Amino acid sequence: MLKVEHLTKMFGGLAAVNDVSVEFETGKINAIIGPNGAGKSTFFNLISGLHQPTSGRILLDGVDVTHLPSDKVARLGVGRTFQTTNLFEQATVLDNLIVGHRLRTRSGLWDVLINSKRLQREEKAARDKAQEALDFVELGHVAGQFIADITQEERKRVAFALALATDPKIVLLDEPAAGVNPEETASFARLMRKMVDKGLTVCLIEHKMDMIMNLADKIMVLDHGEKIAEGTPEEIRNNPVVIEAYLGGGEDAAA
Amino acid sequence: MKPGAKLAMLAFALVFPFLASNEYQVYVMASAFVWAIAVYGLNIITGYCGQLNLAHGGFFAIGAYTLGLLTADAGWGFWPALLGALFMTAVLGFLVGIVSLRLKEHYFAIFTLCVGFIIYLLIDKWEELTHGAIGVRDIAAPYGFGLVDFTDTTPFYYLVLAFLVFAIWFMGRLSRSLLGRTFIAIRNGDELAQSLGINLMRNKLLAFVLSTTYAGLAGALYAGMVRIIGPEEANINHTFDMITYLLVGGIGTLTGPLLGTVGIVWITQSLQFLEEYRMIIFGPLLVLLVIFAPRGISGSFLTWMHRKAQSLAPGKKQAQSKVTAAKQAGEAENNA
Amino acid sequence: MTLFLQQIMNGLTLGSIYGLVALGLTLVYGILHIPNFAHGALYMVGAFMSYFFMVDLGAHYWIAMAGSAAVVAILAILCERLVFHPLRNSPPIHDKIAAIGVLLFLEAVVQMFWGADFRRMSSPFTGIMNFDGLIIPEQRLLIIVSAFALVVALQLFLRKTMTGATIIAMAQNREGAFLVGIDSNRVAMMTFAISGGLAAVAATLYAPINLVYPAMGHLVIMKAFVIIILGGMGSVPGAIAGGMIIGFAEAFGGFYISTAYKDIIAFGLLVLILSLRPQGLFTKGAH
Repeated sequence: MLKVEHLTKMFGGLAAVNDVSVEFETGKINAIIGPNGAGKSTFFNLISGLHQPTSGRILLDGVDVTHLPSDKVARLGVGRTFQTTNLFEQATVLDNLIVGHRLRTRSGLWDVLINSKRLQREEKAARDKAQEALDFVELGHVAGQFIADITQEERKRVAFALALATDPKIVLLDEPAAGVNPEETASFARLMRKMVDKGLTVCLIEHKMDMIMNLADKIMVLDHGEKIAEGTPEEIRNNPVVIEAYLGGGEDAAA
Repeated sequence: MKPGAKLAMLAFALVFPFLASNEYQVYVMASAFVWAIAVYGLNIITGYCGQLNLAHGGFFAIGAYTLGLLTADAGWGFWPALLGALFMTAVLGFLVGIVSLRLKEHYFAIFTLCVGFIIYLLIDKWEELTHGAIGVRDIAAPYGFGLVDFTDTTPFYYLVLAFLVFAIWFMGRLSRSLLGRTFIAIRNGDELAQSLGINLMRNKLLAFVLSTTYAGLAGALYAGMVRIIGPEEANINHTFDMITYLLVGGIGTLTGPLLGTVGIVWITQSLQFLEEYRMIIFGPLLVLLVIFAPRGISGSFLTWMHRKAQSLAPGKKQAQSKVTAAKQAGEAENNA
Repeated sequence: MTLFLQQIMNGLTLGSIYGLVALGLTLVYGILHIPNFAHGALYMVGAFMSYFFMVDLGAHYWIAMAGSAAVVAILAILCERLVFHPLRNSPPIHDKIAAIGVLLFLEAVVQMFWGADFRRMSSPFTGIMNFDGLIIPEQRLLIIVSAFALVVALQLFLRKTMTGATIIAMAQNREGAFLVGIDSNRVAMMTFAISGGLAAVAATLYAPINLVYPAMGHLVIMKAFVIIILGGMGSVPGAIAGGMIIGFAEAFGGFYISTAYKDIIAFGLLVLILSLRPQGLFTKGAH
């Protein structure tokens, strides 16, 4: 569903992502791992349109999205989360999520001025979608609370909900379980399974090996911008090249 | 804000000229309303969209000068000239926006600071057009169609009040709408907004043009009120004043601009002797606000209200569940 | 021909002043990522402090300059500690607004003590040097030489001393510098102190051939911002080069095109450059 061909991104003389080709299948959980600085976030940025690749192609369900800007890529069905999500602290959780559906609406300034039927319809749809996404991440009960008042773990789930509210086909999760305890990590893993069961494709960057090994259907390993391995958790676990990369990089390879 | 409070404020505003002890007070309130309209504009681009626009005062001046020159030099009537002023500030806002909104945070602030200064410089030096330092006199007051004389303070007060109510009404609609939420998403973060499918340039530009049009409206009304203007109107201090009003009132809120502007205008009025030392107070005030109370009066109040509501609700639920538990215990006892 | 050379002198003079002011600004921006809108106020206070020392206390020009630099350096450190440090984690809009607050405050205080009138400041260098028909006032020569000397001194300081090295380290890699044990607070305070000192010196150098008044920092600060955007944030040579470009553009533009609009030149350049390259002329990585 997402096909990446010979993707390269140069910053000055440095190749942050170097000739990476990979294919992510629909409905699977794909993990991208690698030592720090391996180019994982840059890879996500290239797919979601925040950076323009120097060369290579990105195909989403056969459509060439290589040079599309971020907002167009989002509209085509790529949702994503970031390592830090800035939400509107002094607004409720639900309020923050309503804008997630914006990209599927068409109302503009004129609609606001005359309070058109279209605006009312779309706002209701957005609100419903927001509640739906919130319920999906099992946070329906905090809908009315300020963002400032919910826990860190709940905030991360709200970030997921935001990405889900855009009605994506594939979600890119950038270190979703960072800074979260083992119990919460497990619940995130469950959440991702739930997304896949609903028909979404999940792509995540993570450092927590035990989570990845138990969760991912496919793992891609990046090091210094290059793909050094690809395969099932079993294959990756026993891959000498991967082990070498991690021993050299000082990662916490808890297995 | 509760409808009751809004009505109370409107009622107060309507009867104010009768409560005031002299015409000068009505004049002060009217000018506060004019500045408030401008601050509402600033609130759109800086409060909701998060871009610090330091050229805002410049657009106020453009609105004032457009109206002034059209009526005094070209002989237009007030109302057509007002439309002219709105058109001018919208178009110039669009042009400035196209260039400046591509710039990141700091560059945008610096750029608009320079734009504001260029506007001042042009107004001051381009004598053939703007009369330079002499300024523009004999600006027309709004034409009352024989029913009202807007050269009188009190009728003009109600005119400005009408515009202000419209301005606030529109802001309210905007902030609650999907469009307003889009602006807020942009404020939260460019990248996040983009990942939600939001076109940054188009939305920022819209917010910017709306804000400059508000500024232009305020400027034109100002010109129609004072009837004589000069390059002073484009002084950067006006922009700094408006930022202060906005910050004190509550940046990004619906009532903030009004409260901040009216509040500070009246405080400086009543403390006339402090006029010279205004900035000695405003300066540290800005710093303290930004460090300790960045949400201003309205913002902090809204947060406090919400927290209060939150703390009541779970309590209610607890009380209810206690009642149910007691009932169940009672039933269990009865059945035992 | 001499008129032409004259403009070159003017360009060098202006360029030196702008360069010095921009230097302080670029250091603070490059290392701390703070666009210090209050920098113009520091410049202005520098001029008034020298004025105070010279006129009210009767000190000699150089002593006044040194005293002024010291006072403004301390003032800059206070700004850093009381205003910018508490805001380091806030949204970027807050430190811009806070800087504006500091600017307003300083201008108002100066105005309270000295009024809004224009004042003249004298210097011991009132002589004129005559090179074969080319007339160079001593003060202008002093400005150029001093600026040159200060830039060299600054470069030496940054590259040859330990303290200078910590500043560069923090500019290049904040996280890394922190990990290595560099005290970011100390670096921040020092950077501000240097920037304040440079502004004060620049103001004192320029004041004798210009006027001293509370709003004198406005134009200079805006041009300084243009310069650092042109020359690159955090770049010392960039600040000087940019300063010279603007200085020469104003000298020649003001003389050959129009005096009234010469101030617009710098901003016109800014509009042009940012329209074509929104990220500025020089960008080192993501900013």
